[in-house]
Amino acid sequence: MISSAIIPQPLARLPWRLIWLVALICTIGVVTLYSAAGGSMSPWAVKQGVTILGFAAVSIAISYIPESFIKQTTFPAYLAIVVMLVIVEMVGFVGKGAQRWIDLGFIRLQPSEFMKPAIVLTLARFYELLPAGDVRKWRGLWPAAALVLVPFALILVQPDLGTATMVLLGGITVMFIAGLPMWYFVSAGAALAAALPVVYAMMHGYQRKRVLIFLDPESDPLGAGYHISQSKIAIGSGGIWGKGYLNGSQSHLDYLPEGHTDFVFATFVEEWGLVGGVLLIAAFFLVIRWGMSVSKKAKTRYGQLSAAGLTATIFFYVSINLMMVMGLAPVVGIPLPLVSFGGSAVMTVMICLGLLMSLERQARTRSTLQ
Amino acid sequence: MKGGRFTNVHQSMTFTRRMTIVGGVQAAFGSLLIARLGYLSVNQNEHYQLLSESNRVQLIVVPPRRGWIVDRGGKPIAINRSDFRIDIIPDQLEKPTETLRLLTSLLALSADDVDRIIKELKAAKGYQPVQVAENVPYDQYAAVTVRLPEMPGVQPMRGFSRFYPTGPAVGHLVGYVGAASAKDYEEEKNPLLITPGFKIGKEGLEKTLEKSLRGAPGGQRVELTARGKLVRELTPKPDKSGSTIRLSINADLQEFAARRLGEESGSCTVIDCLTGDILCMASMPAYDPNSFSDGIGSTEWRMLSQDERHPLNNKILSALYPPGSTIKPMNGLALMAHGIDPDETVHCPGGYRLGNRFFRCLGRHGSVNMRRAIAKSCNTYFYAMGNRIGYDNIAPMARRLGLGQKFDLPVASQSFGTVPDSAWKRRRFETTKRLIERPDWTSSDTLNASIGQGFLIVNPLQLAVMSARIASGRDLQPGLVGVRTKPAPLLGIPQEHLDAVRGGMWEVVNGDGTAGASRLQLPGIEMGGKTGTAQVRKIAGSQRGQSGEWKYRDHGLFVCFAPTSNPRYAASVVIEHGMGGSRAAAPVAKDVLTFLFDRDKAMASLTALETQWGGTLAQRTARRQSEFEALSKAALSQSA
Repeated sequence: MISSAIIPQPLARLPWRLIWLVALICTIGVVTLYSAAGGSMSPWAVKQGVTILGFAAVSIAISYIPESFIKQTTFPAYLAIVVMLVIVEMVGFVGKGAQRWIDLGFIRLQPSEFMKPAIVLTLARFYELLPAGDVRKWRGLWPAAALVLVPFALILVQPDLGTATMVLLGGITVMFIAGLPMWYFVSAGAALAAALPVVYAMMHGYQRKRVLIFLDPESDPLGAGYHISQSKIAIGSGGIWGKGYLNGSQSHLDYLPEGHTDFVFATFVEEWGLVGGVLLIAAFFLVIRWGMSVSKKAKTRYGQLSAAGLTATIFFYVSINLMMVMGLAPVVGIPLPLVSFGGSAVMTVMICLGLLMSLERQARTRSTLQ
Repeated sequence: MKGGRFTNVHQSMTFTRRMTIVGGVQAAFGSLLIARLGYLSVNQNEHYQLLSESNRVQLIVVPPRRGWIVDRGGKPIAINRSDFRIDIIPDQLEKPTETLRLLTSLLALSADDVDRIIKELKAAKGYQPVQVAENVPYDQYAAVTVRLPEMPGVQPMRGFSRFYPTGPAVGHLVGYVGAASAKDYEEEKNPLLITPGFKIGKEGLEKTLEKSLRGAPGGQRVELTARGKLVRELTPKPDKSGSTIRLSINADLQEFAARRLGEESGSCTVIDCLTGDILCMASMPAYDPNSFSDGIGSTEWRMLSQDERHPLNNKILSALYPPGSTIKPMNGLALMAHGIDPDETVHCPGGYRLGNRFFRCLGRHGSVNMRRAIAKSCNTYFYAMGNRIGYDNIAPMARRLGLGQKFDLPVASQSFGTVPDSAWKRRRFETTKRLIERPDWTSSDTLNASIGQGFLIVNPLQLAVMSARIASGRDLQPGLVGVRTKPAPLLGIPQEHLDAVRGGMWEVVNGDGTAGASRLQLPGIEMGGKTGTAQVRKIAGSQRGQSGEWKYRDHGLFVCFAPTSNPRYAASVVIEHGMGGSRAAAPVAKDVLTFLFDRDKAMASLTALETQWGGTLAQRTARRQSEFEALSKAALSQSA
């Protein structure tokens, strides 16, 4: 918060620390997309810049929405998105085509994209309504589980493993923070670990191959391991200071596939090195810390849970993408928000940020009124 | 908290605790990511920098230019021509059918070519390019280049192709080059071998001298995109051309001999009889090595391999013949070495009786001494004399003069025949007994071998060496690479022995001998020689191999040297199914030796002959080539 007499109150009340961080991340994104296009504003950099500005405005707008309104629209929004998921699924099924998005002209939206913040808000609302005494009971688990698993299943069959995973993880995070018994999570984790060999045994040959290639991408450097190998080469060859802006051979010579979308981090780090990479990770980390502080400062249970969940969504975006491009996780197709080219992730993250800013504003406002 | 009611206070405590856990996990992930980033870009930096560099910079092998093969005077026998070529990279080929159809129309590919390309594309793996066409004319090359965007995977290149100016005349001598086979690559594992347009020697000298001819590849370091598009060229590493190899061959003589053999199936070998340098090794009919270096069509290959005149067979080194009477001078030397006076006469009543068998002579020669026996090719004399000293005493002389010998030559294969003797026969038939062959040497074996029939089998090069050793009396070794000036050491055969047989050979041509019609029409230069006729199948009744079906006719052979006053050149000529040495082989030898002394005169007589045969060798080769093409077209339209 900037306290200066020159700046009008409404502007000064915006969370500027966050805005500067987001602006830094977005600038890194646009600058990297400029390089990825071989030093050209088209086809990505300009379009991305416009998308970001558009959704930043939306985000600021959302930040003015009162918490009560968000709260009230949560369940209807959730239902609407589930219905949309079912509809696109059916249309896709009937048409045999995989049309899983809605065309808004400047952006193609998947309903599943909206589900990422929506699931968080829905569970927050659910746990807000749930009496504290029921949290540890069966009643505290199964409705929440159902709320998560229905969209999860719908998205999984699309199939979109990345988005489905994010929805699931977002839901689990809210449930965790809501205070469901720890043994749920520990035993679920243990069960998952125990199931892995069984799952592996049940997998198709090509799926197994994917797992093996994730574990050792160099075993198939020209085939399925190509993305990971080339991404690691791009990142590793950058060194501490990078190859210099516009000098990334991996991305410029097309060795790095998807250097403008999912693997944009590799494009960036190749040219800016460890220093640039740490800066970007730190910026994201500060954004997430800000989000967590919003959650901690929130005065309502809804605010606490949804702020933590929304922050977790951003965290999952960033960490899964970075683990993926650095060879720590399988390639599942999750972009680096605000940096990767493409409107969907920008939209989702900007919505999350908008909601967070709204919650932050109200926590602050309320606190000043007290 | 356990057991008790979960209240709002508990909830608030849990929230704080859980938020700490979540924050801790997030921080842990953040540290993990930064640690990983640090590991990749600091610890592994060198490794990945190398990988990125090897991604970026590709070494395009620049094939070295193949060394030339030149004749003893430096005249080119095998050279390289700059050409345009079109390849297909199978991996990058997106629309095989359309691409091939377009290429066929742009390049006017023959049905044979299309056939081969389809076959090779099916067998191709990975990035190994498949050749579409070589020696593409500039217009067609430009047409393909212009339409390249429509044809991903098609790669136009500039390269070099092997060119043999005299075509079939040197076919058997130098062999040919071709793309390395998968087996060649397996053996050598040299990436050069799978470079498009790179050829290795497949036959003849091209194969045996491969090491010196190949040279060392250079490298063009280029920056390539992942799709193989060239971004820029970096400093290249120059290639090293293969070395030029100078042969002992006289290219003009080689071409003349090849042309002079005309439509016959035969060979002509000329040796410098002082040094042993091979001046000419012409075997006809021959394939055109140029059509091999372009990639030979299957129809042409079939026609070549099915031809009864065996154009794929080097008749100088690989064909074996009974030498017939051409070995009589050698017999003469052997007889004298065993004390027979060359002036001693034998009466020839038209044959020689051995037990109850009568071995026929070519005529009734009356009383003949060695000189007359050679001149008239009297079998009776050699039957009688051979039988007197026994073949075990003749065989060493045959070997001494080069028969049955395998020479140290850089050739792909060499058949060296048989010089029989009693030990050989015992070895040969001891274990594999046959009804008519006994393991012991008989007098009739001696008689047969004495006139160059029976078990005695030689190749034309050995005959030429024999003739050269008789002519100079030197123990010369035939040489093919390099030019030697030092005369070979003497054999140690007494001069009067050599004079006696040379006298006989002089008479064969210049006296009233069997090859009188072939004496050189050159003032002061005379040729000595010996005719021979080799039976192809057993004499049956009046059937003497002088008529009837071509493939059953006798071979005509001739060995010679010139000038008789001071022998310098020796030669052997074998005309398969030519019926007789004097009729078929000696005239060829006459013209070839004439060429060495008076080119214009020799060319004049060749021109006259070639008019009868329907054009020069080049013209006839071109005509045959178009026949092949027509045939392959017909064959393909039939199968379509």
